[in-house]
Amino acid sequence: MQSDNPGYVPTTLQTAVNWAQKFSLFTYPFATACCAMEFMSIMGSRYDISRFGAEFPRFSPRQADLLLIVGTITERQAPVLRRVYDQMIDPKWVLAFGVCASTGGFYQNYTVTPGADQIVPVDVYVPGCPPRPEQFLDGLMALQRKIQDHRGHAQIELGNTAMISMKDRRRLPIHQDGTSMGLSKEERMPRNGKVR
Amino acid sequence: MSKKALDILAGKAGDAILETASYLGDEMALVQRAHILEVLGLCKTDPDLDFAMLSDLTVVDWLGTEPRFEVVYILYSLQHKHRLRLKVAVPEDDAVIDSACSLWMSANWAEREAWDLYGITFRGHPDLRRILMYDEFVGHPLRKDYPQNGRQPLIRRPDATPTDDLTQRLLETSHDRRVR
Repeated sequence: MQSDNPGYVPTTLQTAVNWAQKFSLFTYPFATACCAMEFMSIMGSRYDISRFGAEFPRFSPRQADLLLIVGTITERQAPVLRRVYDQMIDPKWVLAFGVCASTGGFYQNYTVTPGADQIVPVDVYVPGCPPRPEQFLDGLMALQRKIQDHRGHAQIELGNTAMISMKDRRRLPIHQDGTSMGLSKEERMPRNGKVR
Repeated sequence: MSKKALDILAGKAGDAILETASYLGDEMALVQRAHILEVLGLCKTDPDLDFAMLSDLTVVDWLGTEPRFEVVYILYSLQHKHRLRLKVAVPEDDAVIDSACSLWMSANWAEREAWDLYGITFRGHPDLRRILMYDEFVGHPLRKDYPQNGRQPLIRRPDATPTDDLTQRLLETSHDRRVR
């Protein structure tokens, strides 16, 4: 496979890649609040998200391609979330789990970010306080449809992901001097581990 | 319930106590600001009082009255099982009070929280900096005149929609370059 993006779009190959990706989502659970309790039951055997190929939580963002924002995101925590998102390998997707991650929920005050989409682009919002496991599975299936149709934020930004070689894919999200992809140089997080 | 402890304290502290009250087993003493450290020291060291534990230290903001703030110490005696609340009135233009860190280690974080959220300065505190809010935060959010939705974002997507006018105003006047 060539490393540069050719002028034509191999649509059948892209469809096959999207089909493979939608059934092999590696999740990174960014669990910050009580929604994480509900998420545990989804991971468990009764609801069992491994039926959808998403059973394997990776606790390193570099190995994950689905960021699950499970819980309230405070203003103080927002740079951490942005940094986790920036460290993930392309193509990547984001699912906001619960009203706090979607809109800030009932925390309409100075501490809480009004929705995680102020920080990172969110593909699927799952409402509920906390959501029922069925709601989450519905959202996961909606995300799978979105991946298959090539409508995810990262997919739209990257274009033809099927023709990006593994060498380029490893290079994509991480700059030589830092960790961020989508931010300008002065907006990037410093490398010494401090978020501010 | 702790009336005895309050009476002992009132007898020993003398002029430092401006006012005492007792309501449904809740004992309170209003203490002069200049003498708070010696009254607290008396509460801790006196064998009849023996308040070994500082349960909580908090602040009340009576916006519109003078003096504006009230620092509240909630003490508990592990030996005698009695409680006491000490209050100190603190004016807004001179919001300074002596630190109780030399008496109770637990006062360290409680006073940092009180400074963070109400802006009361504790004289003699070893490490008075913010504990709940981030260092870039401007103002003291639990003061009654702080706007409820006064968000001060550390980071935003460049294309994120501002959620309200106040956020927009704070974004424009923010000292933090990353939010622009």
